[in-house]
Amino acid sequence: MKSKPSLPVVYRLAVTSRVLAAVVGGYLMASLAAVCLALWMPASRADAVITGMMSSFVFYLLAVIWCFACRTAGRAWFGVMLPSAMFATLAGIGLWMTRT
Amino acid sequence: MKEGFRQAMAWLHTWAGLIFGWLLFAIFLTGTLSYFKDEITHWMQPEVQAYPLDDARSLAAAQTYLQQQAPNAARWFITLPDSRDPGLSVMWQDNNDPGKRGNFIQKVLDPVTSQPVQARESMGGEFFYRFHFQLQMPYPWGRWLSTIAAMVMFVALITGIITHKKIFKDFFTFRPRKGQRSWLDGHNAVGVLVLPFHLMITYSSLVIFMSMVMPAPIVASYGDDSRAFFNEVFPNTNNAPALGQPGVLLPLGPMYAQARQQWAGGHVGRLVVNNPGDVNASVNVVRAGADRVVHDFGSSVSFNGTTGELLRVSGEQSLPAAIGGSFYGLHMGHFAGPVLRWLYFICGLAGTAMIGTGLVIWLGKRQLKHAKTAAMPFELRLVEVLNMASMAGLMIAIAAFFWANRLLPVSFAERSDWEVQTFFIAWGLSLLHAVLRRGRQGWVEQLSLGALLFVAIPLLNALTTSQHLGVSLASGDWAMAGFDLTCLASGLFLTWAAWKMQRRAAPQLKAERARGLTLKQEAN
Repeated sequence: MKSKPSLPVVYRLAVTSRVLAAVVGGYLMASLAAVCLALWMPASRADAVITGMMSSFVFYLLAVIWCFACRTAGRAWFGVMLPSAMFATLAGIGLWMTRT
Repeated sequence: MKEGFRQAMAWLHTWAGLIFGWLLFAIFLTGTLSYFKDEITHWMQPEVQAYPLDDARSLAAAQTYLQQQAPNAARWFITLPDSRDPGLSVMWQDNNDPGKRGNFIQKVLDPVTSQPVQARESMGGEFFYRFHFQLQMPYPWGRWLSTIAAMVMFVALITGIITHKKIFKDFFTFRPRKGQRSWLDGHNAVGVLVLPFHLMITYSSLVIFMSMVMPAPIVASYGDDSRAFFNEVFPNTNNAPALGQPGVLLPLGPMYAQARQQWAGGHVGRLVVNNPGDVNASVNVVRAGADRVVHDFGSSVSFNGTTGELLRVSGEQSLPAAIGGSFYGLHMGHFAGPVLRWLYFICGLAGTAMIGTGLVIWLGKRQLKHAKTAAMPFELRLVEVLNMASMAGLMIAIAAFFWANRLLPVSFAERSDWEVQTFFIAWGLSLLHAVLRRGRQGWVEQLSLGALLFVAIPLLNALTTSQHLGVSLASGDWAMAGFDLTCLASGLFLTWAAWKMQRRAAPQLKAERARGLTLKQEAN
């Protein structure tokens, strides 16, 4: 999969899109997953935060692998944004419960 | 990307590894050197004299000095000498402008005279340690970049494992003298052999800076008050503020002894005195990191500085904190004795070699296609230049740093900065050289220069100090002797590499000629 000059622009854009999905989308997903752990883990507040931060990099890794393993760039974004949305919802509920 | 999963992972491994390979090579090599940071400092400041350890004397010396120099500082830090680092290091944060964070001033004291050590100004091993995660960039950019590199390393490691399916079968395959194949076998062998080390060192580097790069959980749980998080994790850093009335600080010795009692004889790493001139002074006695594998930043005993009353003893770490602490402890290796420390060093070198062989493979594979044509495409030439400067050039830069330490006059202004400048100037020149010279020749020249510089370091040491190998070996100064011998070994390794490079072209020709000969004989 070497980038020869003959590679079409569409291919290059698709690769760029995947890289963005992996780096930006992956970070978003990892952050939200960490927030969920921090809010929902049955442990003291500080311990839950530490666990969330510490395990976030595994989520990031999984997101990156997904972005390059799936068939199309569209799926890469879908596969990162869907869990992000789920984590965001969970985090929202968690925040709302702690505030009230 | 219509190929299978493993091909996709191989693609990711290749490109992630290439783009961050040069940076990771430098981070790994300087990080590996950091395992001997105190020993390097000892070589670079041979004037610092080692005394038999006597904490009570050191502590009294530090307190006397700080009382004179900085009675009204915001904070004192006293780091006691240990078996590896003979210097008694004191640091204080001035209090000139109470609204702002004061500047830090650091001095290394002689524990007997309680005066600053008259040693040549040098960062020593601290330079490599700082460079490997700050990359000589302003705070916090270097830390961010090195943590991003660590994340890429993590991705490259895992995708490498996925790509390399027959991990155990292939491990016993090594095909020497087969060019490209040998490089790949070597890359796989060092990768697999020290895989636990690679995974540990990479993941732990992410964990070390996690509160910087992954702050979302802190914000979600604590809102704007991130101090509250750190106060909960490290309760003993939550010290009473100054009252503004002058007070008299008690001698630190008894507090030191009381803290050690609390830890059943555990060692003291450093003491922090907050508001030393205030009636509300407090003293935190912090446990030495070398005591245990699991690092605990918060492991300390706090006292009231003017009454000597014991205020707090930090509790046991919770499980998540202990896991984080073990990542930190394993990464830093403070607990490691001489054997384990060498093992760390060798594992670090293996990691460096894995990154280096990976870079060589990337280029080698693609160069094959252009072997016939005279001109190399621009991108391959670029990779070749960066490979050369990032690997051979870095070796030259490190050697130049050591040479500068011995050759710059002791009285030279901003001497320590100039040592660092020399490092970067040498590195820059090697990049320039790589641009100007054609591939193999450039490699041979840079490797030879590196070899020469390293081999000559024991000689240079003998000419410029009174601590040459004959003296250091006889007196059992293993840090000094070990440094000289390691430089010698590095020089010999580079000589071998240069010699290999030089001869690489020749055997191919010979083989072709030999084949021609046998063909002729067969024809006859």
